[in-house]
Amino acid sequence: MENNEQRKELKVSAIENGTVIDHIPANSLFKVIKILSLENLEEQVLFGTNLESKKYGRKGIVKVSNKFFESDEVNKIALVAPHASLIEIRDYKVVHKSVVEIPNHIQKIVRCFNPNCITNHEQITTSFDVIKDEETLKLRCHYCEKTTLRENAVFL
Amino acid sequence: MKNRSLISITDFSKEEQIRILDIAEGFEQQPTQNILGNYVVATLFFEPSTRTRLSFESAASRLGAKVIGFSSAASSSVSKGESLNDTILTVSNYSDIIVMRHPVDGSARYASEVSPVPVINAGDGANQHPTQTLLDMYSIRKTQGTLDNLNIAFVGDLKYGRTVHSLTMALTQYNTTFHLVSPTELKLPSYVKRHIKDNNLSYYQYTDLLAVIPHVDIIYMTRIQKERFSDSLEYERVKNAYNLSNSMLAGSRSNMAIMHPLPRVNEIAADVDSNPKAYYFQQALNGVFVRQALLAAILGVK
Repeated sequence: MENNEQRKELKVSAIENGTVIDHIPANSLFKVIKILSLENLEEQVLFGTNLESKKYGRKGIVKVSNKFFESDEVNKIALVAPHASLIEIRDYKVVHKSVVEIPNHIQKIVRCFNPNCITNHEQITTSFDVIKDEETLKLRCHYCEKTTLRENAVFL
Repeated sequence: MKNRSLISITDFSKEEQIRILDIAEGFEQQPTQNILGNYVVATLFFEPSTRTRLSFESAASRLGAKVIGFSSAASSSVSKGESLNDTILTVSNYSDIIVMRHPVDGSARYASEVSPVPVINAGDGANQHPTQTLLDMYSIRKTQGTLDNLNIAFVGDLKYGRTVHSLTMALTQYNTTFHLVSPTELKLPSYVKRHIKDNNLSYYQYTDLLAVIPHVDIIYMTRIQKERFSDSLEYERVKNAYNLSNSMLAGSRSNMAIMHPLPRVNEIAADVDSNPKAYYFQQALNGVFVRQALLAAILGVK
């Protein structure tokens, strides 16, 4: 365990203050960066993907300096990284650790898959109810009321 | 229900739905009442629908309201490229309530969020058509004396038919047993069946209509809608799947009623029309009473 931690630190260096988002599925890393609009951030952002993970085989990780996310903000990534953990770092120490929660409602980040939905015809912020149905996750469009599976969701 | 929009049938609770049906009964007794003389009703039909538009306009006129609007997008500013947002905001300055039919799914919900006056959805694309659902419920209650514990057969295009989807969802509140008759290609979608299952109700699926007739209280026929098929071969294969004729009704229950949202093509033979169990034209008339009830309740005069 300790050995592993050390290797990870070498690959994506530690931050002094900020947030680490760990256990992102390797193929979702860039989606997470996009959903959180990290490309527009002025702070240092470090990331790595295809890193070894005991739990998931391969994983991605993001470290954002001097940024502490509101839980609403970060829960949006639960759609692509349902098991991601959120680690708050202050003075190189972990001060708080939590796991993302799938929100009941999401806005903006996903496009409605229905080509005949009004949100694909006019300038409207998309809005979905998240339906947690046994093992599958579905998004129900607030406007056209069609549901789409998370796997088929297209991110804006 | 005062000042509330009606976009999906589920926007109104079971009690509110019943209240609309009760108010509608009053209008059936006395269809002409001058209670909306001070109101302007806008009917915005971005796609043509003669039956729905005329029944709303008839409902408004019988209550003394003034009606403004258009009957196709071509005769509105939409043809000049105006957004739905702008059309709705403009029209809401001229009217107290907006009745809207639009070809795009979700347009009615969006309009209700933009509009300062209430919006009644008269059909948004393939999505919802709640006033049809209410008039169907009214017709079922009228012919059976109750909405509870009935056996109801839906026949024809159960896949694309939004009237069937909405009515099914509404009826799950009344311990209905569903008999679903359709070609295999046009079965009821699983997300609608899910509502039936979630309410612990039973449904049975058939491809043959004849076997179902003796066991049901309502036969709800639907047209196989050519415009919903992208594959014309598929349409040709199923278009004549059902043709209800008078001789098929011999073993039917005495209380049974035949309904159809209209227009029909060939799924009900003309010889059924004279059978007292044929209810589809009365059903269309009931649409006026139910729409009167909605206008009156939402404008707050009933």
